[in-house]
Amino acid sequence: MGKIIKYVMLDILRNRIVLAYMIFLALLGFSLFNINDNPSKGLLSLMNVVLIIVPLVSIIFASIYMYNSAEFIELLVSQPLKRINLWMSFFIGLSLSLGLAFFIGCGIPVLLFAANATGIMIIGVGILLSMIFTAIALLATVVTRDKAKGIGVSILIWLYFTLIFDGIILFLLFQFMDYPLEKAMIGFSILNPVDLSRVLILLKMDISAMMGVTSAVFNDVFGSSIGMMVALFILLLWVFFPLWLSLRKFNRKDL
Amino acid sequence: MRLILITILCFFTFFPVVAKIIRVTPGTEISSIKAALNIAANGDSILVSEGVYKEQNITINKSVFLIGNGLPILDGENQYEIVTVKANNVIIEGFDFINAGHSGYNDIAALKVINSSDVLIKNNIFVNSFFGIYCQQSTRTIIYKNTLRSNAKDEINSANGIHCWKSDQLMILQNTISGHRDGIYFEFVTNSAIENNNSFNNVRYGLHFMFSNNNRYIANIFRDNGAGVAVMFSNHIIMHRNFFSENWGNAAYGILMKEISDGDVEGNSFNRNTVGIYLEGSNRIIIRRNHFDDNGWAIKMQASCNENLVTENNFTANTFDVATNGSLVLNTFKGNYWERYEGYDLNRDGKGDIPYRPVSLYSIIVERNPSTLMLFRSFMVDLMDRAERIIPGFTPEDLKDDEPKMKMIRF
Repeated sequence: MGKIIKYVMLDILRNRIVLAYMIFLALLGFSLFNINDNPSKGLLSLMNVVLIIVPLVSIIFASIYMYNSAEFIELLVSQPLKRINLWMSFFIGLSLSLGLAFFIGCGIPVLLFAANATGIMIIGVGILLSMIFTAIALLATVVTRDKAKGIGVSILIWLYFTLIFDGIILFLLFQFMDYPLEKAMIGFSILNPVDLSRVLILLKMDISAMMGVTSAVFNDVFGSSIGMMVALFILLLWVFFPLWLSLRKFNRKDL
Repeated sequence: MRLILITILCFFTFFPVVAKIIRVTPGTEISSIKAALNIAANGDSILVSEGVYKEQNITINKSVFLIGNGLPILDGENQYEIVTVKANNVIIEGFDFINAGHSGYNDIAALKVINSSDVLIKNNIFVNSFFGIYCQQSTRTIIYKNTLRSNAKDEINSANGIHCWKSDQLMILQNTISGHRDGIYFEFVTNSAIENNNSFNNVRYGLHFMFSNNNRYIANIFRDNGAGVAVMFSNHIIMHRNFFSENWGNAAYGILMKEISDGDVEGNSFNRNTVGIYLEGSNRIIIRRNHFDDNGWAIKMQASCNENLVTENNFTANTFDVATNGSLVLNTFKGNYWERYEGYDLNRDGKGDIPYRPVSLYSIIVERNPSTLMLFRSFMVDLMDRAERIIPGFTPEDLKDDEPKMKMIRF
């Protein structure tokens, strides 16, 4: 298993996309903090990067990589290896390299310029989002055999989580405006890892506004240290659930 | 003959001026303040030495100076009012008032001033009182450098730190008030000043005005109160150089202005409040040279406000700069610095060439449906806000700053 992880990581390093991603994040991070004299504004811009670009790059890179390694996977399956080990090493190799690239690229400027609670939350959430969208990409690739279709599905999933889901929520909120929806909002936010991540960052960044009106419910649920743990646990579930589904599919798949 | 006359004259002139000093010490002949008050005349000083005095309802009805030496403790045993002043020209200095009584139907205070003028209350400590200092129909009373702390849990079972009712020309200076219902409460009080006080951790408001006109509060600190500062039904209030910070909560404001007019808000700093200033039914308020930083909403101005002027303020790092609840705007926003402004200044006169609209589409959506705050800063909301900035459809047409400053205003 260790050998395959090592091989996957070396392979990813060799094709340089992840390296370019890391450099891009670092450049973006440094320039954002240098343009804004106020580090909190830099963090705000960086939050948008984390919530939009990190899922996009993670899901697309991971799915393309999985399709490109299809033959290699077939070869490995023919060896006396357990499929679970094979699949897990691909996941670990991918998410480790993407997470590491994010941590180095984004984490260093954040830790240099704004090493506060918001900054640390952004780094943590970014790494988790890398893992979540790698896992979702694995599920997408194992479900569809066709490469073009698979990548299309990945892009659609990304679009769903960053844009369409929020649109549906906004629509529902206005349709059911007369009902108390505060508790339901927490349920909704759990259904989307990007939203949950954003709420976690907002609770650090816009704490003053979040203390007001009905959003105080979020602070009550996720604001305490136990709530924070619960939220992180839910995000970890978002890693494990797609991964487990994809593993189940892969185990039964006729390659 | 002349010499004798002068001697007699001197005698009569000086005699009434010689005021006595009465010393109260436990274990001696005069061991209680009440006993000292009985033998005192107007103008006498009563020096109270160290110790615990469990006297109930000490009533001062002579013009005396009651001075504590070594911070004597006056204990109300959780039942009684401790001192009541009913005379003019009284000084109360250097006492530790503890455990005044609590009551549901009586206004029990640690120190009450009734129908008196020219009273000075200085350097006292009030611990665990219901009402701390209570002024009722008193004139020219000075409350200076006192510390009041109590342990209020809710609004019903607690009372105000400094409570003033129907008074005139009060001076409330350099006091520290915490753990009461309202830190300072004014009702029907006129021509008074509140300066350099520190009011924090109170259950309701740090400072509360009701029907009190022509007052000023200057250079006070209001931090972490249940709902900030409330100015209601009062006219001509001057609010200068105060600090409002960390007033967080569902209905918490830096300043809540309700039905007031002709106020002057200048040089204040609003930091990390849920709402910096909330105006409702308020007219002719001038909000000038204030600093709004890191608030949830810097200003919430309801459509019922009229002829207010917001000028030369700095708005930085607020979640929302301005929010309103209607499309009618009768107020002026001019020459402020808005951190979010993205315009340009071609002629370099320091003013942006295109107007800034401080109300974003999303702040209107949140106003209508607060649950939507969850989606704040999401990609879709950013898109909606940008579209609205370019072609305003929902945000009030007239709510704009025509001369936004390009740089932060320095004071």
